[in-house]
Amino acid sequence: MLRAQDLHITFNPGTPIETRALRGMSLDIPSGQFVTVIGSNGAGKSTFLNAVSGELRVDSGRIEIDGIDMTRQPVWERARHVARVFQDPMAGTCEDLTIEENMALATLRGQRRGLSWAVKPALREEFRAQIATLGLGLENRLSDRIGLLSGGQRQAVSLLMAALRPSRLLLLDEHTAALDPRTADFVLQLTVRIVAEHKLTTMMVTHSMRQALDVGERTVMLHQGRVVLDVSGDERKGLTVKDLLAMFERVRGEQIDDDALLLG
Amino acid sequence: MSLYTLLGAFEIGLIFSLVALGVYISFRLLRFPDLTVDGSFPLGGAVAATLISTGTDPFVATVVATIAGAVAGLITGWLNIRLKIMDLLASILMMIALYSINLRIMGKPNVPLITEPTVFSVLQPDSISDYVLRPMLLVVVVLAAKFLLDWFFSTQTGLAMRATGSNARMARAQGVNTGLMVLGGMALSNALVGLAGALFAQTQGGADISMGVGTIVIGLAAVIVGESLLPSRRLYLATIAVVVGAIVYRFFIALALNSDFIGLQAQDLNLVTAVLVTIALVVPKLRQHWSGRKGN
Repeated sequence: MLRAQDLHITFNPGTPIETRALRGMSLDIPSGQFVTVIGSNGAGKSTFLNAVSGELRVDSGRIEIDGIDMTRQPVWERARHVARVFQDPMAGTCEDLTIEENMALATLRGQRRGLSWAVKPALREEFRAQIATLGLGLENRLSDRIGLLSGGQRQAVSLLMAALRPSRLLLLDEHTAALDPRTADFVLQLTVRIVAEHKLTTMMVTHSMRQALDVGERTVMLHQGRVVLDVSGDERKGLTVKDLLAMFERVRGEQIDDDALLLG
Repeated sequence: MSLYTLLGAFEIGLIFSLVALGVYISFRLLRFPDLTVDGSFPLGGAVAATLISTGTDPFVATVVATIAGAVAGLITGWLNIRLKIMDLLASILMMIALYSINLRIMGKPNVPLITEPTVFSVLQPDSISDYVLRPMLLVVVVLAAKFLLDWFFSTQTGLAMRATGSNARMARAQGVNTGLMVLGGMALSNALVGLAGALFAQTQGGADISMGVGTIVIGLAAVIVGESLLPSRRLYLATIAVVVGAIVYRFFIALALNSDFIGLQAQDLNLVTAVLVTIALVVPKLRQHWSGRKGN
């Protein structure tokens, strides 16, 4: 399914603020798996996600989805296979367009767009049925501008939009981070439901260790642009947030030791 | 104001509503600050006038002028998308390049169309005066343009174009080739402006190298006036607002210039435009301010 091999990305190379964001990052995600990705700030989570979506070009390495080499493809070409929900609720939808227009855009993700009406009556009824499943009462507001919705509502619609067209990979980029705890929980439950319903191969980046262990079937921890922990199955079932924190500290501690050695 | 000046203002207002629709596409829908129009408006005029004066059918000449406008828009878009030149700067480069190109096309600073046939004179029946017929024909052209745009922007491709202007990152994530959308939108916008230039030359007795000066300000003024008169986010209302804005704007200009007691003359046109745009920009804010206070 997703195969990322030995990815390297360096920001501002050759300058004093040079940052080696990805340093030989490799990750394979088999079809149908739900992977959660954690790591501290600067560990490379977002960089990795942006490399997979195509927003960032890798300096070296290879990204494949179902054997198709995507390494050099721009975002809009990858969109045929990759769906995405952004961290910022404003980023994932077009605030000037109506709810139904946003959904119409998403139904054609990665498809040829022609000169037929974007929102046909039959499509509108389908949207109405889909959006009713959210239980937010949005089914009668299809022609409202999506900018009028709250962040949580927009994020819920974004998730729905991501599943309107089949994808080989769903990318979730800390998509509950900007929401209040209750809304975040709602959006997370919705995520689990949609992923299960459509059997989506999913990579969810999160800031919350609780979330990382609660949902999905595999957890990966990044540190300094590489995978330092990869747990799944029984090993993961027994893990608590505390264990994860301990592992996290250990990884960081080793890092400090390394630095001490270097400096010494 | 006489009926003659009134109809004259209406006629020019209609022509500039095509410019305003073009400016609406670039500034509002694509969010691309495009000054190319100051060059593509006289480009349309130059191409149409030159072709007509050398014996080409005026309808063919008008179509060619429209295509010329589209090409100018394409090049501005290309400078921005492919060569990564900042949008505003790319359009300024194209605008000054067009000044030379327009002079080359005409071969002299102006090409008069006095006795030559125009799209208006060809359709002229004996029973209607020309100053009545021209606005009538232009109403048809403008309404056709308005409805075509309304239709296009509700198609799958048109929606992708609007999404590109509204949130390019989201559009790309939905598989929209945003670069291509900008190119298409810029071509469409400047095609309308080129068409306006061609019609302007045929109503005003010829093309002149300086006829484009301030086109962008007039177009933007029309958009802003229209938006303050008829504030709406619905596209079919926004396009009608823009057309109305262009006509209202020309009426105010005609009124200002024809009222002897104000003492304004033709050379004050640009100053009047600047003042009108300022008023149109400030009024909605004042309205908000007042209604905000009432609410407290």
